Amino acid sequence: METIVQVRDLQKSYGHVRAVDGVSFDIPVESCFGLLGPNGAGKTTTIEMMEGILTPSGGQVLFRGKPIDRHFKEKVGIQFQSTALPEFITVKETLEMFRAFYPDPRPMDEVIDICSLADIISRDNRKLSGGQRQRLLLALAIVPYPEIVFLDEPTTGLDPQARRNFWKLIERIRLEKTTVVLTTHYMEEAQLLCDRIAIMDHGRILELDTPENLLAKHFEGVVVRVPAGAEGNETMELVTSNLDETMKSLLAEQTNLDGLSIHKPNLEDLFIKLTGSSLRS
Amino acid sequence: MKQFAAMFKARTMEFVRDRGTFFWNLLFPIVLVFGFAFAFSGRGQELFTVGIVTGASETAPDLLHFLEIEQIEFVEYPSVATETVVERLRRHQLDMVLDLEQSEYYVNVESPNGPIIEMVLGATGGVELERREVTGEPIRYVDWLVPGVIGMNMMFSCLFGVGFVIVRYRKNGVLKRLKATPVSALTFVTAQAASRLVIVVATSIFVFAGTDLFLKFMMNGSYLNLLLITTLSILCMISVGLVFASRLRSEELTSGLMNLVTLPMIILSGVFFSLEGSPPVMQRIARAFPLTHFTEASRAIMLDGAGFLEILPNVFFLVVLTVALLLIAALLFKWE
Repeated sequence: METIVQVRDLQKSYGHVRAVDGVSFDIPVESCFGLLGPNGAGKTTTIEMMEGILTPSGGQVLFRGKPIDRHFKEKVGIQFQSTALPEFITVKETLEMFRAFYPDPRPMDEVIDICSLADIISRDNRKLSGGQRQRLLLALAIVPYPEIVFLDEPTTGLDPQARRNFWKLIERIRLEKTTVVLTTHYMEEAQLLCDRIAIMDHGRILELDTPENLLAKHFEGVVVRVPAGAEGNETMELVTSNLDETMKSLLAEQTNLDGLSIHKPNLEDLFIKLTGSSLRS
Repeated sequence: MKQFAAMFKARTMEFVRDRGTFFWNLLFPIVLVFGFAFAFSGRGQELFTVGIVTGASETAPDLLHFLEIEQIEFVEYPSVATETVVERLRRHQLDMVLDLEQSEYYVNVESPNGPIIEMVLGATGGVELERREVTGEPIRYVDWLVPGVIGMNMMFSCLFGVGFVIVRYRKNGVLKRLKATPVSALTFVTAQAASRLVIVVATSIFVFAGTDLFLKFMMNGSYLNLLLITTLSILCMISVGLVFASRLRSEELTSGLMNLVTLPMIILSGVFFSLEGSPPVMQRIARAFPLTHFTEASRAIMLDGAGFLEILPNVFFLVVLTVALLLIAALLFKWE
């Protein structure tokens, strides 16, 4: 498959701190690529180097086989993790301003339709809710008909409903064959949206594959959790491909099964297995 | 150009809709001008002030009685040309000038105090002096003050409206978002500066015209020259703001540094008080401030009727300083 972005041994140091410590990967065109990791893993630094916002300390980013040039900005859509919007102007005026920045912008009606902005179109930017803000920021990102969209933790801080709505928007954008790169620390989001996932921690990539392959590679069977310890305040975790045998042996050992849970392993389990820490800690 | 227009529009709307800042920019200088106009509308303790050009009492025994009148303040000008002192008479800052060497006295026939003090002089033995008439309208303090207040308002509006706002944009990520678009730093900065230029020129005209309606300022020069020096001064102060805006990302630090610059300008540029009598060192420092050149040139135009040639040194200084500051700002500028 054709590659749109190639990342080669990318590094970024701040003094003695290596925020990104040599990461390499390819992003196939029209795919959705997820960078997964806890806070401070180097996700934002990596994505901002890919966006051309940060200058790498080492390595390089190639866009369609060539280093990023000055026309790159006309072809990408970017949504940063935290961005203030210009104050005292409305959603529509903000969109109009950004449309003026690009040589061939998307028509206003189309932007409003895709991101469901009709209800809030004449609202002052300062009066938007979290979900509305993210929708506007995404709208700004898609104004130039981008070939690739970078979304840095687009759903962090949103309530579950708003998060689900946002996922629908991303799926809508993907219908236009736009490549999407997103960072997140929500497993569910990565599993649902992404074709390929890179799990990052301490500036390095620990694993890189499709969600299915990652899970198949690391887990056979299901995860069984039972309370353990004298007061039952610890958790014992078993991964088994033979649930029947496991249950029988647990019963044979007279384990207290109150609070038992069985589930198919997900990316969160994988993350804990790989890093020894919970994603959101 | 499309990008420039879009950002110009957004920034200008931001200013107009931010009602607090908008009214502050308009009302503060107006209140200040009126406040000073009323506060300084009275005169000093003495009823009359007489300037004496040469010598003193011993050369004029026949004036002894006149010179002893306590209600008259006598100001001596030992080594000043007669014409300079007479100029003060024309402006009603003096009620009479005595030139004892030439045995002459000057009165301003347009001053209500003139005939009275002339009678007093005649009654106390000054009959042998030759009478000279001059004419001229008074300069009130408020005539002198209004360029200072407008200049000060311009300075705040330019420094904070450009410098502070761009620093805030940098801190809260607006600049970062713009950096991710095809907009160039130059387009962004010129749009900000142009928006502010239009806003400050408009507010300055509004404040001047609004207060002039009631206070009828003295205007002996051309409004065109006044507009020219105003526009150049605003550009220069916007450039000062841009230098601040080029790198800083802390609003607190920016605010502190701006106060460090604006406070000496208010004091040394003669906004409220003339610096004629201040130490030469201070006067030399004040030459480096754009506000000094604005107050100096605009007062020269309004009060002395100075033409373009007379304000040319100020124009030249402001242009050179503006270009230099813009270059510095361009070299230093960073989105983040």
